[in-house]
Amino acid sequence: MDLALFERKSEFEWRIKPFGRMRVPGVIFASEALMRGMDAKVYEQVTNVAMLPGIVDASFAMPDAHWGYGFPIGGVAAFDADAGGVVSAGGVGFDISCGVRTLLTGLRIEDIDRVKMRLADALYHTIPAGMGSTGAIRLDAAEMDRMLRGGARWAVERGFGTEADLERIEEGGCMRGADPAQVSEQAKKRQRDEMGTLGSGNHYLEIQQVTDVYAPEIAAAFGVKAGDVVVSIHCGSRGLGHQIGTEFLKRMVIAAPGYGIALPDRELACAPITSPLGQDYLGAMRAAVNCALANRQILTHLTRQIFSQVLPQARLPLLYDVSHNTCKVEEHKVDGRTKKLHVHRKGATRAFGPGHPDLPRELKNAGQPVLIGGSMGTSSYILAGTEQGMQIAFGSACHGAGRAMSRHQALRNWNGSRVVDDLEGHGILIRSPSMRGVAEEAPGAYKDVSQVVDAADHAGLARKVARVKPLICIKG
Amino acid sequence: MDTARWEHFSHQADVGVRGLGATLEQAFEQAALALTAVITDPATVVHGEMIRLSCEAPDAELLLVDWLNLLIYEMATRNMLFSRFEVHLEDNRLSAQAWGEALETARHHPAVEVKGATYTELKVARQSDGGWLAQTVVDV
Repeated sequence: MDLALFERKSEFEWRIKPFGRMRVPGVIFASEALMRGMDAKVYEQVTNVAMLPGIVDASFAMPDAHWGYGFPIGGVAAFDADAGGVVSAGGVGFDISCGVRTLLTGLRIEDIDRVKMRLADALYHTIPAGMGSTGAIRLDAAEMDRMLRGGARWAVERGFGTEADLERIEEGGCMRGADPAQVSEQAKKRQRDEMGTLGSGNHYLEIQQVTDVYAPEIAAAFGVKAGDVVVSIHCGSRGLGHQIGTEFLKRMVIAAPGYGIALPDRELACAPITSPLGQDYLGAMRAAVNCALANRQILTHLTRQIFSQVLPQARLPLLYDVSHNTCKVEEHKVDGRTKKLHVHRKGATRAFGPGHPDLPRELKNAGQPVLIGGSMGTSSYILAGTEQGMQIAFGSACHGAGRAMSRHQALRNWNGSRVVDDLEGHGILIRSPSMRGVAEEAPGAYKDVSQVVDAADHAGLARKVARVKPLICIKG
Repeated sequence: MDTARWEHFSHQADVGVRGLGATLEQAFEQAALALTAVITDPATVVHGEMIRLSCEAPDAELLLVDWLNLLIYEMATRNMLFSRFEVHLEDNRLSAQAWGEALETARHHPAVEVKGATYTELKVARQSDGGWLAQTVVDV
């Protein structure tokens, strides 16, 4: 990207002065190296978002920003309903509430070694992964609506987990304001066989080892130390979320001119927050958030069942569950006044700082755990939200590595079976129904997540707490 | 343009699907094949079973997105893959037949499921050679 387009405010903050129809500045948090490697489309998309009605403060991009659709992936923007602010189906995306949760195990690396192969096979046979895989749970119409209203709380009430899990999930595991009546029959039908499934693409379930601890006090509050074994699950709202995204994107594209909104890009399809369409979307989107939370909760339950058979001494409490593609109503300070804003995070993680009222008591001083996924061969990271992040980016941080090359290119560069063999040589067991899928997700097709995490840490968005590396990866 | 064909084009996180043909209908059919090719090699999909589909939209570009989203929906809910298409267009109304078979993981090795068709790089246009192009990015 051409750095001359930006005003460098600090080592890790790059600003775009408003021009043309931009209502606010654009701000990208990144190192100079990341900025140079970033796609020029990010600049265009950040400026486009800055043109939307009612946007507050700035159109932000996180250090892992890359070319998305409408919003950049890694885009954050907040809107004020009282100032004509909008909610954008494009700003949330198709995989509503796609996210990561991490479970502690109480196990050490030496506990895993002798059962690693058995654990990998048992997980692979139990966790439905890949296109066309189906879950064991079928919901009738009434139960589907209860799930869409209740989220992870619904799942816990049905025996998939414990009450203690809920306070370790954003929104206490249940997004308020969900309206199942706004979720189409098609979306519900698409979900019929998909409860408790992982999905495909970059979604995974990993057994990981903590290799480094950078902030011992916060790590202690998180219950994490070097040599520990943890489990991370990355997946989203499955077919239901995808269908809601699809349907509302179209409705908003068609309705936008009627609301007097000139879209700089059709993918930025949006409607005023206070409009009937805006409210319908919020009701449906929140239902999809609950679907994602319920889905990750069921997968957690399946994982615990496997561990109870293979490693019965393990207990798997939830460290935290974060969502990436959301629009949430949050209170933030703007020009010294507290305002309720609709914060869109597209491929970005909420990262609330210490003392935030939404954090559970045990995490109050440490800040919110921010879980950053890497590729299947490289590290993932655990970070913590900061007070500075609350002030500079509505309490938001990066979400992952981001692709360095297209799937097409990856397929030309790698062979799936060979990737699996190579990684096994490095002590990482991969289990996947599709070798083509493995080739497309080869570690080399992703950027180095360490650079992204370091930039988030240096920019003050979130603090680096620990690094984990994969031992077993179940890939959809 | 003498032969109808499809291709993929690069998008950093996702995949672009492009159909080319002598007619708009052919371009839509080829775009659908490009969609299948994101998931698996279309040559491995037996076109034994036929389903009928229809949709309409305010313009040809929105109609392309609708068409691809309809196929994504049918693939997800029927657990099928499709490898042959016949599209008829009239006043931004589409009716089509799609032939395919049930997804079989061991044979089709599906690389990835497609979540939805986006409006990114969306273009339906006549080419300088008189043929038609229909393309967009799909989210995987």
